[in-house]
Amino acid sequence: MINKFKLMLGILMATLVFAANSHATELRGTGDLGLVIERADGSVLIVEHSTDTILGRVEGFGNLSHASVVFSRDERYGYVFGREGGLTKIDLLTHKVVNRIIQAGNSIGGAISQDGKLVAVSNYDPGGVKVFDAETLELVANLKTDSKTVGLVDAPDSKFVFSLYDTGEIWVADFSDPKNPAIRKYEDIGIQPYDALLTPGGRYYIAGLFGEDGMAMLDLWNLDAGVKRIMGGYGRGEEKLPVYKMPHLEGWASADDVLFVPAVGRHEVLVVDSKTWQEIDRIKVHGQPIFVMARPDGREVWVNFAIPDNSAVQVIDVLSRKVKATLKPGKAILHMEFTPRGEKVWLSVRDDDLLKVYDTRSLKELKQMPAKKPSGIFFTNRAHEIGL
Amino acid sequence: MPRKRNLRTRLNLANKMNFRFVTLLAVVTTAVVAISSGFSDLHAKPDSERQAYLGNLLKQDCGSCHGLKLKGGLGTPLRPEIIKDRSDEVLIETILTGIPGTPMPAWKGLLSNEDVSWIVKLLREGAIKSD
Repeated sequence: MINKFKLMLGILMATLVFAANSHATELRGTGDLGLVIERADGSVLIVEHSTDTILGRVEGFGNLSHASVVFSRDERYGYVFGREGGLTKIDLLTHKVVNRIIQAGNSIGGAISQDGKLVAVSNYDPGGVKVFDAETLELVANLKTDSKTVGLVDAPDSKFVFSLYDTGEIWVADFSDPKNPAIRKYEDIGIQPYDALLTPGGRYYIAGLFGEDGMAMLDLWNLDAGVKRIMGGYGRGEEKLPVYKMPHLEGWASADDVLFVPAVGRHEVLVVDSKTWQEIDRIKVHGQPIFVMARPDGREVWVNFAIPDNSAVQVIDVLSRKVKATLKPGKAILHMEFTPRGEKVWLSVRDDDLLKVYDTRSLKELKQMPAKKPSGIFFTNRAHEIGL
Repeated sequence: MPRKRNLRTRLNLANKMNFRFVTLLAVVTTAVVAISSGFSDLHAKPDSERQAYLGNLLKQDCGSCHGLKLKGGLGTPLRPEIIKDRSDEVLIETILTGIPGTPMPAWKGLLSNEDVSWIVKLLREGAIKSD
């Protein structure tokens, strides 16, 4: 009897040990994994979007009030950029922090190079961009600026491009020779660039300006042409409205040869012809747009909003340029992330402490999962997208 | 709060600033006084539900720019030791009317004087710790 009991106890313990380590021993891919920032506790969830499940939580990331993530090209590792200057490399398979450094006092985001060998971080304090070896997180280059840096993206031909908020500049850093980056600076590009994006394919770098109307565009295929001002009517326009939250430009939508962009402070999504860079339409929406993101097939554009309208998400039909649905998923929708081919979208519902998954065709909620004040959601397929 | 002391502080400040800004400050002050007079008690407390809402707003929404622990970001740090030399009135004004030329918006469209007084109290207490 005692022996039997011992045997059963042994089996039970073995099972428990196996269960605890199963994510480390079981063979699996990472193409359907992702990371979700839990900003309140400085933790990160490892998630999986084939069956919409939370696989685990990794803690100890510090202040994640503004955090973003890029992935290694093998989609195994995530690099988490935290507000307090932390750069953390996390293994999505073992759920372990592989490496962590505090590289500045205050940071805004990061990028990974075209070849996946360098990770760059955009810093507010001290201002500049630091570039690290993606494998070891050893410092490779330190590009010091007299300004907060924003809108850092990777671009083809081993480049990082970023903007200087305080001094109104765009810098293009060519890392063909990582130890000796060649930097080209463009000055007087506009007042207070606050974020930027790279158009799909990586040709145009466009910085949104907070301090004036319009945007600054640099054609990376023709660097000698310099920075051009586009969309003079874009922005807050004649009526200066309080902007309760900065729009994010990474999520700009490009669909049907037009870009859908958030108007700064206005309750509008602007539609811009991506050939002429003229504004061709304005779509009235529920609030001040923050993320304006095309579903991966480009057929729809999803929009979330700043406080006090942040409990809604709207879906814009690209052909008719009309709002086709308004969803109310919960309190404070901070971020949206589509599955790689767009059949589902995950939403972070910060003030309800939930992640919600929606079917993008039926617009029905499929699932909800608890998360602690979730913000950014990042799926690993970003690893293979230029500018993300 | 002692309005006289505050006025003196403001005048001292004003001496160092250019005329345009002084004018702006005067307009802002007038506006704030006008708004305040609509309330019987500037330091009336929001009810407990509203307090919870404001606490979350301060941490999460103000925190988007000023840092979750208010150690700074795009916006300046707002830790108690950093704001100790600024009077309640100046802080309240700044939150209600924003800072022109920066991303700091005027919150008066969303928050009442009571709300903002409560937020300033939380800032003084350093209420945003590591919870």
